[in-house]
Amino acid sequence: MRHFVCFVPGLLLAASGLLTFPAAATAAEQSPPGGTASSVGDEVGVLRGELETLRQDYASRIAALEARLQALEGVQAAAPAPAPSPALQAAGASKIFNPDIGVVGNFVGAAGQSPGGGEPSLNMQEAELSFQAVVDPYARADFFVTLGPDEVALEEGYITFPTLPGGFLTKIGKMRDAFGKVNGQHPHTLPFIDRPLVSTNLTGGEDGLADAGISVARLIPNPWLFLEATGQVYQGESEIFKAPMRGDLAYVGHLRAYQDLGESTNIDLGGSIAYGHNGVTADTTTRLLGADATLRWKPLRRSIYTHFLARGELVWSRTGTADGPFDAVGGYGYLEYQFGRRWTAGVRYDNSERAQEPGLRDEGGSFIVTFKPSEWSLVRAQYRRTSFAGEDSPANELLFQFLFAIGAHGAHPF
Amino acid sequence: MRLLCSVSLAVLAAVPRAGAAVNVVATTEDLAVLAREVGGDRVKVEALARGYQDPHFVEAKPSLILKLHSADLLVLVGRELEIGWLPPLIQQSRNAKVQAGAEGYLDASLSVKILEIPTGQITRAMGDVHPLGNPHYWLDPGNGRHVAKAIVDKLSRMAPADAGYFASRYADFDKRLAEAEKRWDALMAPYKGVKIVTYHRSWPNFTDRFGLDVVGYVEPKPGIPPSPRHTLALIAEMRRLSVKIIVVEPYFDLKTPNSVARETGARVLVLAPSVGAEPKVTDYIKLFDHDVNLVVSAIKDTGSP
Repeated sequence: MRHFVCFVPGLLLAASGLLTFPAAATAAEQSPPGGTASSVGDEVGVLRGELETLRQDYASRIAALEARLQALEGVQAAAPAPAPSPALQAAGASKIFNPDIGVVGNFVGAAGQSPGGGEPSLNMQEAELSFQAVVDPYARADFFVTLGPDEVALEEGYITFPTLPGGFLTKIGKMRDAFGKVNGQHPHTLPFIDRPLVSTNLTGGEDGLADAGISVARLIPNPWLFLEATGQVYQGESEIFKAPMRGDLAYVGHLRAYQDLGESTNIDLGGSIAYGHNGVTADTTTRLLGADATLRWKPLRRSIYTHFLARGELVWSRTGTADGPFDAVGGYGYLEYQFGRRWTAGVRYDNSERAQEPGLRDEGGSFIVTFKPSEWSLVRAQYRRTSFAGEDSPANELLFQFLFAIGAHGAHPF
Repeated sequence: MRLLCSVSLAVLAAVPRAGAAVNVVATTEDLAVLAREVGGDRVKVEALARGYQDPHFVEAKPSLILKLHSADLLVLVGRELEIGWLPPLIQQSRNAKVQAGAEGYLDASLSVKILEIPTGQITRAMGDVHPLGNPHYWLDPGNGRHVAKAIVDKLSRMAPADAGYFASRYADFDKRLAEAEKRWDALMAPYKGVKIVTYHRSWPNFTDRFGLDVVGYVEPKPGIPPSPRHTLALIAEMRRLSVKIIVVEPYFDLKTPNSVARETGARVLVLAPSVGAEPKVTDYIKLFDHDVNLVVSAIKDTGSP
């Protein structure tokens, strides 16, 4: 296009040159050195006529050229300013609707003594594949498939309707339950390598509370703070809930309150409840209550260099059995401080009873250091000391982790 | 459980919208001031990110969800600048008007001049490269004008009764901006081709517009923090070309720029990459007044070639 536009003014210049040069040349040829006054007068008249025709001829040609130039300029002005990216053009139109695809590798190693054997020495714990795209004008879909050392599982796979009438954010599919903070997180978004003892003992460990069902979440309008209520109904098929009959559904409710305490600091509180049949006998049920609190500090001017986070979660569990219900309580507290653009340190305290072994309590603590070379990879080390109930000496272990992501740029977790 | 259900059902009634003003949410303060310039008192404008914040790394706080929840129009920078935080906010906003592709979703980058659109194979070995081109385009006043026009067109469709009002406000802004551009061009004219180094690739539109020559970056690659080897190479290059100015965004650490400056005799210049980066940079024209004045006085002081 640019070449063409440059070419047209060039053409115009050439045309105007043609107009003046031949006219001058003709005048020089035809103008005689002498002759009669009348013949000269006649010749001048003829010449004038010829010149006039020539002028008209060129004037019309120039007008035509000008019109073409204007048309071209018009086309250029009307064209959309940014050309489509060459990368997009290269991708081809058929691939534009492919979902965003990402893969996260999670490699975990462990050393030291642990009564149950603990994590393997070197383990490619999982590769998580994510496929995410908009379905149609009403919904989007997210799939997370985990490939473990010996299993392939659908970690999550759901459709989200973000704009249903009434403000109900609705998800349908297999999901991690909205119970507390840690339960909803995928392993690669956790700030530690393992899950806290309370997760292992009371809420189903690594797989956690995750099930097929329907979730609706709504903002509760009020002038003071962010308040969101979530209600979920599940099939009743997870590490904790087992439905003996088709109608024995599991229910989860979650209330989240959030408030900014200035631009750098905020507080995030949550209360959760989960209830369903546990499959121990035909009519025994398990009830879980959870409370979580998070305080975050991140100065906006230095947001990529430093932050502080304090989080605590508590879980009360009542598990129905043939011998009557067992109560257990557990929780963890976690502090995290980012001390460099790439460096974060954390400390965690764990304490939890076991769900169906009354009076047995495990206790532990961890130091965690994380190094992030870039947004797409991290290296983490965790020293963990755990006193398991009934063991004489505590287990001392060193865990380390390599996390690496390729593909689509997911949102940063909050 | 039952209590939760009844609470969530009891509060079905939507909050009534106050006034007839169009409720605009802009992702950055630059877009917000442009919307205010043309929208005047017929719009209510809020920005999600602050001008002194790195716009790549804004946190998707729930308080921002509330702002989007009641928005009629979302104006975003686009070109994947906000990819790490805006999509979850939009999804949780429960607001059909501002979903991608809806009437109230305005990607400001679609009407401007975009630089550094990569060609050929792109990989993350290049760092945090933006595959759709450099998103810091608002630092060319010509692009600010295009964005203001796009906002006017959108507002006029959303509130046709006020179209004349928006058009006259745009005409006024256009005139003031054109006058200011003459001023900036006159100030910068003697310094065409002055060589500078910048921290991140935030400034190509600014340097392109005002004729500065960026010969290096403090970051070895976009989004990758400075490395000793790259810093040594940069120092050597700056000495060779006698570069005397290092431009830094206010949200980056000054340690490496300062040590490079000590080694090369250059000056570290913290410019405002956005409206609101400094308290006195309160509108779009003041943004360039601030930056152009700082650049000109730094060039004069350091005798930059």
